[in-house]
Amino acid sequence: MRMFLHQLRTEQLLYWRSRESAVFTFIFPLLLFVLLGSVYSGRIYGVPASEALLAALLAYGCTMVAFAGLAITLVIRREQSLLKRLRATPLPPPTYVLALLASTLVVFAIQTVALFLLGRAVFGTPFPSRVGSIVLVVVFGIACFAALGIGLSGLVRSAEGSSAVVNLIVLPMAFLTGAFGPTQHYPQVLRAIGDVLPLKYLVDLTNAVYLHHHSFWSRPEAIGVLAAWGVAGLVLATLKFRWEPTAS
Amino acid sequence: MRAISVHGLRKSYGGLAAVRGVDFEIEEGEVFGLLGPNGAGKTTTVEILEGYRERDAGEVTVLGHDPQRPGPEFRQRIGVVLQQSDLWPNLTVQEVHRAFAGYYARPRDVDEVIELVGLGEKRGARVKSLSGGQKRRLDLGVALVGDPDLVFLDEPTTGFDPAARRAAWEMIRSLRSLGKTVLLTTHYLDEAEQLADRVAVMREGRIVRVGTPRELTSAEVEVEIRYRRDGEEVLLRTADATRVLHELTSEALARGGELERLEVRRPTLEEVYLALVQDEEVEA
Repeated sequence: MRMFLHQLRTEQLLYWRSRESAVFTFIFPLLLFVLLGSVYSGRIYGVPASEALLAALLAYGCTMVAFAGLAITLVIRREQSLLKRLRATPLPPPTYVLALLASTLVVFAIQTVALFLLGRAVFGTPFPSRVGSIVLVVVFGIACFAALGIGLSGLVRSAEGSSAVVNLIVLPMAFLTGAFGPTQHYPQVLRAIGDVLPLKYLVDLTNAVYLHHHSFWSRPEAIGVLAAWGVAGLVLATLKFRWEPTAS
Repeated sequence: MRAISVHGLRKSYGGLAAVRGVDFEIEEGEVFGLLGPNGAGKTTTVEILEGYRERDAGEVTVLGHDPQRPGPEFRQRIGVVLQQSDLWPNLTVQEVHRAFAGYYARPRDVDEVIELVGLGEKRGARVKSLSGGQKRRLDLGVALVGDPDLVFLDEPTTGFDPAARRAAWEMIRSLRSLGKTVLLTTHYLDEAEQLADRVAVMREGRIVRVGTPRELTSAEVEVEIRYRRDGEEVLLRTADATRVLHELTSEALARGGELERLEVRRPTLEEVYLALVQDEEVEA
């Protein structure tokens, strides 16, 4: 436990000290919220546009922090032999991974609070009515996307390529799943692709809980699909995760 | 007490044998050098001892543990400097030391370690602002912060300029005065000669010679005898110089002649080393 807390502190220091990751995964979703919120007007899904965007970008932020952030961080640390170096210390690998996940959760929790505060201040959006369910969405979303991020890190071979690969996945996924705005006018093909991607179901959950005041458990099919993606990520992580840099 | 003992160690990657039967022992407090060209199997050997790789065959004991199934104490007692690693670039020297100190049950004082490795003035500097030599000192500091009994240094000065190498050597010498056992790999002969109490020369996955740097040049080394005969240079290599010289000189005296430009020379450590690591390559 002492070592877990020590590593959690170190991970927090590392996250906030690295301007690239903090801007890319923490500031960027907040920035998009303000930008898109100023562009979209009227109502989306029968609610004010700014509320719909907040729900969508909450899900997008989760992908950025847990999936994109974790995948890039792990690839860079692995290729720098930092993971290998840590393995020679008494820090147990499960403690390391748990501390990294906890740190990711802390970052996303802060981002969530920041989104609600920003929405309230800039667009007058309400605070969530179902706080317990929002917490569940946050934790569940982090768990699924973190598993996918760790899994993806095992597939990327070089630190240089990691941010390109991650963006190539995250940006189209966000566009296709409604994280940047509604998709009902997209061509059938694009909507069909969006329908299999995990972010679509996290957006479903944030919409249900924040916009429609339903409980987390009101969308079992979304929970099921997301959980399936999470398990797939876990399997991939188990098979492909490496502590040592890619042999040149 | 023995810090490390290795018997019949073997390791292959795919069909490629990297280590083909290696034996050596390292006493506590000893600085032991594994010397050899790239690809000789040094890093593979060290990584098996550090617990990174599983061996295919052989007996290995490190500080009383089998590194393949180490007890919880094992990693408390070893310090590792990898051949290449970049610690967190955005943290300061002191923060990195603190982060690592937190992994150990009985860490040394962080500021003391930073002084020891000569980074006192860089305490508050970000890792990314350090020079190559300073980063290597950081690696060493981080390896020492847990107060290990045994330190592994894998090619600690590769890529250094001469001044940085001298500084690194001084630090490694200071490890000996701290009573640490050190296993050092290097492909620089002068480094092994300067630092190691004993040296094992590795080639193609085997140890071809073990001894103190002095023993390597004195034991069963062929002495070179040169002279000129009818204007032609003659070169003899022999392990039995006394007898050969006696025969040569008696023969010369008998015919009332002179061994022109007679020269008897013991090869330098470098020549011994090159002969050790090269002769079979030429045959192959």
